[in-house]
Amino acid sequence: MIEVSGLRKRYGQTMALDGMSFTVTPGRVTGFVGPNGAGKSTTMRVILGLDAADGGHALVGGRPYRSLRSPLRHLGALLDAAALHPGRTARHHLLWLAHSQGLGVRRVDEVIELVGLAPVARRRAGGFSLGMRQRLGIAAALLGDPPALMLDEPVNGLDPEGVVWIRGLLRSLAAEGRAVLVSSHLMSELQDTADHLVVVGRGRVVADTGVAELIEAASGGRVRLRTAEPAAAMDALARAGAVVAATGAGTVTVSGLVSERVVAVLGGSGVPFSEVAAHRATLEEAYMELTGDSVEFRAGLRASGSSRSSGSSGSWGDGR
Amino acid sequence: MSAAGFGRALRAEWTKLRSVRAWMAGLAAGALVTVLLGLLSAAGSHTSCGKDGVEVACPAPPVGPEGQAVSDRFYLVHRALRGDGAITVRVTSMTGRIRRPDSTPGVRNEVSGLTPWAKAGVIVKESTRQGSAYAAVMVTAEHGVRMQHDYVHDVAGRPGRVSAGSPRWLRLTRSGDRLTGYESADGRQWSRVGAVELPGLPGTVRIGLFAASPGDVTVTRGDLGGAAVAARFAQATATFDHVGLDGAVAGQSDDWRGDDLGVDLEADGTPHHPGGFTRSGDTFTVTGVGDIGPGTEGRTVESTLSGLPAGLIVLVVVAVVSVTSEYRRGLIRTSLAAVPGRGRLLAAKAAVIGAATFAAGLAAAAVSVVAGTRLLRGNGDVVLPVSTATEARVVVGTAALVAASAVLALALGALLRRGAAAVTAALAVTVLPYLLATASVLPLDAARWLLRLTPAAGFAVEQSVPAYAHVLGHYAPQAGYFPLPPWAGLAVTCGYAALALGLATLRLRRGDA
Repeated sequence: MIEVSGLRKRYGQTMALDGMSFTVTPGRVTGFVGPNGAGKSTTMRVILGLDAADGGHALVGGRPYRSLRSPLRHLGALLDAAALHPGRTARHHLLWLAHSQGLGVRRVDEVIELVGLAPVARRRAGGFSLGMRQRLGIAAALLGDPPALMLDEPVNGLDPEGVVWIRGLLRSLAAEGRAVLVSSHLMSELQDTADHLVVVGRGRVVADTGVAELIEAASGGRVRLRTAEPAAAMDALARAGAVVAATGAGTVTVSGLVSERVVAVLGGSGVPFSEVAAHRATLEEAYMELTGDSVEFRAGLRASGSSRSSGSSGSWGDGR
Repeated sequence: MSAAGFGRALRAEWTKLRSVRAWMAGLAAGALVTVLLGLLSAAGSHTSCGKDGVEVACPAPPVGPEGQAVSDRFYLVHRALRGDGAITVRVTSMTGRIRRPDSTPGVRNEVSGLTPWAKAGVIVKESTRQGSAYAAVMVTAEHGVRMQHDYVHDVAGRPGRVSAGSPRWLRLTRSGDRLTGYESADGRQWSRVGAVELPGLPGTVRIGLFAASPGDVTVTRGDLGGAAVAARFAQATATFDHVGLDGAVAGQSDDWRGDDLGVDLEADGTPHHPGGFTRSGDTFTVTGVGDIGPGTEGRTVESTLSGLPAGLIVLVVVAVVSVTSEYRRGLIRTSLAAVPGRGRLLAAKAAVIGAATFAAGLAAAAVSVVAGTRLLRGNGDVVLPVSTATEARVVVGTAALVAASAVLALALGALLRRGAAAVTAALAVTVLPYLLATASVLPLDAARWLLRLTPAAGFAVEQSVPAYAHVLGHYAPQAGYFPLPPWAGLAVTCGYAALALGLATLRLRRGDA
């Protein structure tokens, strides 16, 4: 279990962490998401005792990381897959880490096998692709067979096969009862992996919620309607008390009425329609809605060409 | 800091070091460069002497009772003493001649005068063999009365020159292995100068008067730096009277024998710069050339370590890069995640690089000294003999110097975190001061201060032959004489290494990684 409580850290004028608090519980994959610069990496460095926080504390299994005698047996971390000496072989990289924890060469060979690096284990890491480096970094994180794992953007640079592999790996690690924290700046990477999300922006937690609840909330009970006569349909539905919006040629989004009522109203008014469906938001949409009030994040949204209006943050606005 | 935790950190750091091929190659290269340059220089050095127009090996210098090369050239007027006894004399004058640089080419320029350590007095000597044990009480030109024994030991008596108006009485007594020296201004009030033991002195010894004068040493500084040292002929003449012998002295009272110990012979068999003595009644006049003291002419064992600065450069680079490469790649964060104790991590790194460079330095120094001195002796060079303990100190001390310099370099790497800057800094405080101080580009005092104050002070551990206060010489760093004693110099280097390591730990503790 990893507990982060009230972390504050300032770099010059920049408030990197501004009361960051969350808990990574065992048995599930917790996604750690937010735009670049939101404080994800800083939080991870503070958890590892690499950076000192100005306030608050971070505990691994109830203890500060720097007080752990064999820290890699408590928390395995992958921060930067490029942090390798190019002249050292993959096996030797893992071997010195193993020695630092009192582990032997057998465990090294096990994790090499586990991440699929056996054929290149005796090759120097300087010649490795980013994907191979990610695998080596994950092997290092797994070395101490820790109850908690923390991976910063582990999907980066992996080929599609590697992406599928790591999703399976993360799920199985969580299924074994480990606490797994995976950061990403891309929501879609976490859609099929994470059970729980900690969404951060500007150094603090914006949302701390289950993935299912988040999507539920973002879907907002809206109904999507396809019709050849959108004007007539909107008129009829508005009279019935719904909030309507044309969202494309022949597409209308309806809020305030469940789909059965929409069908009844349209049928009663004689407006033809081809499809009525409950709208289901993607995690990406839910995330954007959630972080819409973040200035930094709006800039990111505009850059990506999206233009969704911000919704209310609702019951999951601040999960703490 | 638990011992087990430190042991693991050590093991991890050793695995790190040995698993980068370039670093292990660097360690080997550092040792190899040291050995090859040292042996190359030894192989290029040849000495031979001419005898009757034929090149022959030069005679080895005599070796004293304590194993050092010695100079044992003087004029001795002596008799045999069986068992205990004593000799008493009065010295009434001491004069001399010194050859100066020729002012007119080809014309010998000789003037009256004495070199500071010109000496004359009474002596008890094991035998007339060069290098045999002795004890003597003497007057000197500028250092007053002295008692010296076995070449390297010197005790001061009263200062002052001797003259007819201010004569000196000297007495030397033998009692078993114990010899005691006395002096007096008037022959009635005696004061003891010193007492020494000459273990294993035979029952019958030589007892008598002597005179000697070391050459006149001049040091000229070259226009482009450097110093030329020249020693020129000098001789001393002393007048003795009131010569009294106590004890079982063989022969008649006029049975004095003169021996010009260690005199060189010309090609025609005549002595080169002979000494001599005359006797008129009770008055003896003795003239001698040369010195009774430690010998400093020849190569030192540490001269085979001339490749060390070059080798050290390579080892310093390895030490620096072993830590700065972690900063360059962000690997330091992985290291700190594995070993969160900042002090423990740096201590483990320092211990591993220290041990690895110590091993490289030990191998390099041992091979250089052993093979190098063998090469030198094979080439006819005189290598000043030193005790096994001294030779071991030179070799082990050199390895320790290499290790301390490497730890200092590593600490600078951890402080500066950039390879080029740290290598520059490390070389600027270790190898550079040594080269500046010994390449004689600096004034002598500046060179000495460099070797006192900078981490290069540790090079003093190489010095195998000490500077002798009672022998005039050019005791400059350039000639291999350091201002600090061997272990003190090494301690300075170690102190700097410890200081830099402390600062590096502080920086690592205070800041974010």
